[in-house]
Amino acid sequence: MSTEESATPATLFGCLLGDSRGQAVLFVPKQSYMSTMKNLVDNGYEMCVDLTAVDFLTHASRTLPDSIAPERFEIVVNLLSLSKRERLRVRVQVSESDPLIESLFDLYPGTEAMEREVFDMFGISFSGHPDLTRILMPEDWQGHPLRKDYAQGRIPVQFKGAAS
Amino acid sequence: MTPRESDTIISAAAGTNEGNQELRSRSELTAKEVMREVGAVLRMSEADAALLAEVEADPGEDQTMIINMGPQHPSTHGVLRLMLELKGETVLRCKPIIGYLHTGMEKTGESLTFMQGGTNVTRMDYLSPLNSELVFSMATEKLLGIDGDIPERAVWIRMLLSELNRMSSHLLFMATNGMDIGAVSMMLYGWREREIVLRFFQKVTGLRMNHNFIRPGGVAADLPADWRDDVMSILDMLPDRLGEYDVLMTNQPIWRERLQGVGVITQAEAIALGATGPILRSTGLAWDLRRDMPYLHYDELEFDVIVGRYGDAFDRYAIRLNEIRESMRIVRQILDRVPRGDYRIQDKKVTPPPRARIDESMEALIHHFKIFTEGFKVPEGEVYVAIESPRGEVGCYIASDGSPTPYRMHVRAPSFVNVQALPHMMRGGLVADAVAVISSVDPVLGEVDR
Amino acid sequence: MGIVRNVLDDGLEGLDHNFLTGRIEDLVNWSRSRSSWGATFGLACCAIEMMGTGAPHYDLARFGMEVFRASPRQADIMIVAGRVSQKMAPVLRQVYDQMMEPKWVISMGVCASSGGMFNNYAIVQGVDQVVPVDVYAPGCPPTPETLIHAIETLHQLIEDGEIMRRRAKSGAGANVHIQEVPAGITTPVILGSR
Repeated sequence: MSTEESATPATLFGCLLGDSRGQAVLFVPKQSYMSTMKNLVDNGYEMCVDLTAVDFLTHASRTLPDSIAPERFEIVVNLLSLSKRERLRVRVQVSESDPLIESLFDLYPGTEAMEREVFDMFGISFSGHPDLTRILMPEDWQGHPLRKDYAQGRIPVQFKGAAS
Repeated sequence: MTPRESDTIISAAAGTNEGNQELRSRSELTAKEVMREVGAVLRMSEADAALLAEVEADPGEDQTMIINMGPQHPSTHGVLRLMLELKGETVLRCKPIIGYLHTGMEKTGESLTFMQGGTNVTRMDYLSPLNSELVFSMATEKLLGIDGDIPERAVWIRMLLSELNRMSSHLLFMATNGMDIGAVSMMLYGWREREIVLRFFQKVTGLRMNHNFIRPGGVAADLPADWRDDVMSILDMLPDRLGEYDVLMTNQPIWRERLQGVGVITQAEAIALGATGPILRSTGLAWDLRRDMPYLHYDELEFDVIVGRYGDAFDRYAIRLNEIRESMRIVRQILDRVPRGDYRIQDKKVTPPPRARIDESMEALIHHFKIFTEGFKVPEGEVYVAIESPRGEVGCYIASDGSPTPYRMHVRAPSFVNVQALPHMMRGGLVADAVAVISSVDPVLGEVDR
Repeated sequence: MGIVRNVLDDGLEGLDHNFLTGRIEDLVNWSRSRSSWGATFGLACCAIEMMGTGAPHYDLARFGMEVFRASPRQADIMIVAGRVSQKMAPVLRQVYDQMMEPKWVISMGVCASSGGMFNNYAIVQGVDQVVPVDVYAPGCPPTPETLIHAIETLHQLIEDGEIMRRRAKSGAGANVHIQEVPAGITTPVILGSR
């Protein structure tokens, strides 16, 4: 574990380590995703608590550290170290033109269902996943519901709802 | 008979066949694929897993049967569909197919304000709705930066309700677990106790379920004046009843035969699968977020973390039974600790004013209007907060873009991850134990599918 | 009723005949309404309240409905308790089709009645899109009292016989005719709109 403080930003395994409301966030480039996750597993982050994604289509101007190039999708992995009682969040930028990233199944088998959900809801594929099929929507559903260009699917009702 | 114009039309193209989501027959898979899942979880190399595949006698296609259990089934705890591959009575493989209760709550959450978000998340884990609201409120408060300013009374009220919710959820577990194993009268007893807790909730929050009571900034209303008496009556009544359950179930031979050694999971498997809560504690690891990563004021209270040893269904039952006792102990301590004060933060931008003020002050009226229609703006950022729900670690990840509605709201549901442990628990067991295993995992399909 | 007056006046000695006559239709309707069995179709939060209604405090057994049959072949009333998702709708229809006539449906809760608070791509906006509903019980979730009121309303409708008369007259029974929809329409959502 190498950290450099003071003037230079903190890094962990060569990736930028940031802070979000007091929580540690690691910005990992896609090409070093697997190797960084492997390092994290070996360094005490035994459990992957959550793997999800965010579609920044309508909020492309989000705040990111300068060295990170924003893409449309972001994979967010929350890790938990039971031995150190610490959490770490990993954020990986995934582009719209190449929505493909490696699967964490071999490191954390618990991500099987989580990655299927991300595939179902966002359309991001995970290479090396044993069974990448839809999990929440019917098998023949078209579209990925949690993307920002997929409408909520409201039907018009007779009263004016509070939400626009 | 000719169809009338007013007849309902449904798409006949959609059947109940879910294609690739279902369990594929053995002939379609190689031994490597079959064992891959097992190998990954057991942390074996692929070579070892392949060896295991050969050792496990590969039954011919005609000796196994794939049967479907659910989604409409009396014992699957909701709309969980399981495809089991059986050889005789033994379960070889199991695949849970979920999504039958997918409600698009995360998408809906993006169009509801942070004040309304509680109504959405509360319906995810409908057995412990206050815990879901609590984690959402805590995540919102962290984004707002007010998580250190929540008044003491509000914090203690939150803890009181959270623990009572844990008790009512575990009582429901006792009821459904009993009924699934065959002690049908347990269903009646468990509900009898749960009703009394629900009555207290109705008195405090106005609703028996799905309360929308814990909101960002505190709680929605103050406790009624005689709440201590009501809580004391619950605490006085329960210990004897729990003793009755011990007599009815814990030491009973049939109960033990049906649950001991059934649905065994090892600690390494549980951690690899991300299982938390009673499942992880039944394997011997004493991990409880209330004690290991305390939130609210749990670090000021004394309580034990119940741990099992064998990782089987009996351990999980015993853990939950004793967690009811521990929750009662915590509630007893909370009874003396709730201070006077505000029940929600007095920040005008977040908390609506008291109703009486609206008649007096124009500013109060405007704040009320803005908070309830447009909502309060939350600064940009992203945060993940997790608490211990009766089922495990429930977490809320919110990414905000500075607007009054969350940009992305994701709830890490413990049951979603725990359901992945089902195939590993059922493998090699009897089909009659399948029901016992599902019941011991205690999934709530609302949060599995969201 | 004369028999009741006789018993009230003279006790059991007042019964001077031990025959009870009535129209077959009345007797059948009376027995159907008093011993209807529900099909378990608990989906979400409303299922918990439904279980609570069967529990000791509210006790559906006094209305003859304590037995919830898992097999639709043995059930009369299907209480759709909870939100019906896109994946679940064909299953709902299949279970409904497997029930024997006469059958009735109570739509419990706002999600089953109209889609409830979830007006989105994932939830069928009212189970009456899929099965014909006889009684709608509002609430989120309906308290056990509301559910009992809905069940009793249905029992009254069964006992009065009105439902059966209407079905017999239209000739359609309890069924809903399905028109074949050309395959390929699986997304009801218009992209780009709110």
